[in-house]
Amino acid sequence: MEPNDYDIDEADLELPTEPMRLNMGPSHPAMHGTIRMILELDGESVEKVDVQMGYLHRGFEKMCERGTWAQVFPYTDRLNYVSPILNNVGYALAVEKLCGITVPERCQYYRVLLGELSRAADHLTCNGAMAMELGAFTPFLWMMKAREHIWDLLEEETGARLTHSFFRIGGAAKPPTPNVKARALEVCDAVEAICRESEKLLLTNRIFLDRLQGIGTVSAAEAVQFGWTGPALRSTGIAYDVRKAHPYLVYDRMDFEVPVGHDGDNYDRYMVRWAELYQSLRIVRQCVEQMPDDGPVNVDAPELVLPPKEQVYGTIEGTIQHFKLVMEGPKVPKGEVYSFTEAGNGELGFFIVSDGTGTPYRVRVRPPSVFVLQGFPRMIRGHMIADIVPTFGSVNMIGGECDR
Amino acid sequence: MSAVVVERVKAQFGSKVVETTSFRGDESIVVEPAAYYQVAKFLRDDPACDMSMFIDITAVDYPSRDARFELVLNLYSLHKAHRVRLKTRLFEAEQGEVADATRPTTVPTVSTLWAGANWFEREVWDMFGLKFEGHPDLRRLLLYEEFEGHPLRKDYSADKTQPLMPYRSGPDVLGKQRPFLGDEGMPFGRKDWAPRDASWSDDSLGDPEDAPPPDGTAPV
Repeated sequence: MEPNDYDIDEADLELPTEPMRLNMGPSHPAMHGTIRMILELDGESVEKVDVQMGYLHRGFEKMCERGTWAQVFPYTDRLNYVSPILNNVGYALAVEKLCGITVPERCQYYRVLLGELSRAADHLTCNGAMAMELGAFTPFLWMMKAREHIWDLLEEETGARLTHSFFRIGGAAKPPTPNVKARALEVCDAVEAICRESEKLLLTNRIFLDRLQGIGTVSAAEAVQFGWTGPALRSTGIAYDVRKAHPYLVYDRMDFEVPVGHDGDNYDRYMVRWAELYQSLRIVRQCVEQMPDDGPVNVDAPELVLPPKEQVYGTIEGTIQHFKLVMEGPKVPKGEVYSFTEAGNGELGFFIVSDGTGTPYRVRVRPPSVFVLQGFPRMIRGHMIADIVPTFGSVNMIGGECDR
Repeated sequence: MSAVVVERVKAQFGSKVVETTSFRGDESIVVEPAAYYQVAKFLRDDPACDMSMFIDITAVDYPSRDARFELVLNLYSLHKAHRVRLKTRLFEAEQGEVADATRPTTVPTVSTLWAGANWFEREVWDMFGLKFEGHPDLRRLLLYEEFEGHPLRKDYSADKTQPLMPYRSGPDVLGKQRPFLGDEGMPFGRKDWAPRDASWSDDSLGDPEDAPPPDGTAPV
């Protein structure tokens, strides 16, 4: 019997193909946070992604317009909930800029000290989660152990593990505890030891490196176009760090480096975070050396800062001041400012408008991780579905900050 | 530093610059909506301004003003390390009203100048209902398609709820509380949206009978 398809052209044997749509999320183990992606696939490679966010939207900006200026702090804790101290400081600095006040030196050091520990916790979480999603569970647990050390210290200082609401307008809720310096050094040593060990586990692992290197590459020009800041921008080779470019608090007295990458791929983002973690610990050690042991923590501005409890319960002036501040809120002068700080994911900006009352007229937060997330479709184009997991991990999307 | 930028823009655009302010080290320029795109492009391309980085775009609602919305664009120059805030004032788009050139309600998109503006213009549309001409994909960003209204407008009551799924009815077997209803929760703080300071409105507050009820129950 003769085969009957001798004269069929090869091209006719090709089956017609069309891109396939696949829905990923909003509830998916790799989408830490709740986010939905609609993928357009050619085989297993991703051609187009439509990222849909907003599942965690709680109306942060609308809520801020209802309470007093001081009542915004608990909401800022829930923006980037891995490093709430940095958000507290960012918002406090914005209001202080509008009021035209500067907090005492001791408080500035205290803010930097706790802030840098929070940044270390933020980077540990991001890198740990990224490794865990690629199957490296041990390093993840080690990094969480390191983060526990940091959170123990923060709990001792602020009274809360996660939602501190600690730094307030014009200062802090409490002065530093007497043994903060000794404890901070202990924590730094413990964290550094764990990090050096987990580094050995991961950075010589062929599988881990292959999943990161050359994936999710973004050029410096594109990163700037997207408005990227923070570790994601620095991984492309641009050394823009708010702490260096526009020093606030006491960062100008700190000796630290701004690590940069050059390819802007997942590996560089991972390594920039890793290097920054050590720099943060370095800053903490310098804070410990330089921070004054006594002196005021709160600025001397009774119209903005709650009086000490002895005065509230002991004097009529203290009672009245407390009552007015709690019920009416601190009166912030009329005007508008944009204030920006370096948070875990990049430039965290607060654009605030005051009409001169105790309630914010408008609070706008510039969420750094949304800018990075916006570049995600560009990062993943042409890569495989499985590459979404580490690439999305390196974006470090934090639901609370992203969806506000 | 940033004052240079303000001077450059003033020299280039002259009468199209409505006002410039400098407050606590922040420079801001208010321009006419017709010139908004050109000024933004100038800020990006002019070598002395060199605003390479898009920082943020947002809006502020001043319901008592004639031009109700203030669109706020924050820009940064990576090389010169200066910042500027470009603002423009827009009117509310009335439904069914013929477009009136003296009452501009939209501006061109700047997502063609900075790719990063894309999502944030979507957010401004979502939250304030301001449209951007020529935007490639003007969908809601944070809220769902079925959502009615634009919640960051001051006349959108903070109490209002729009659940996609109706609340569960029937006996409360588990002792669980229903979610807050419109008149529950958050007893503190501002409920009326009119600015306390009358000097904020550049025209009169209008007929007091037209003013919304002070308890924040104004309809959307």
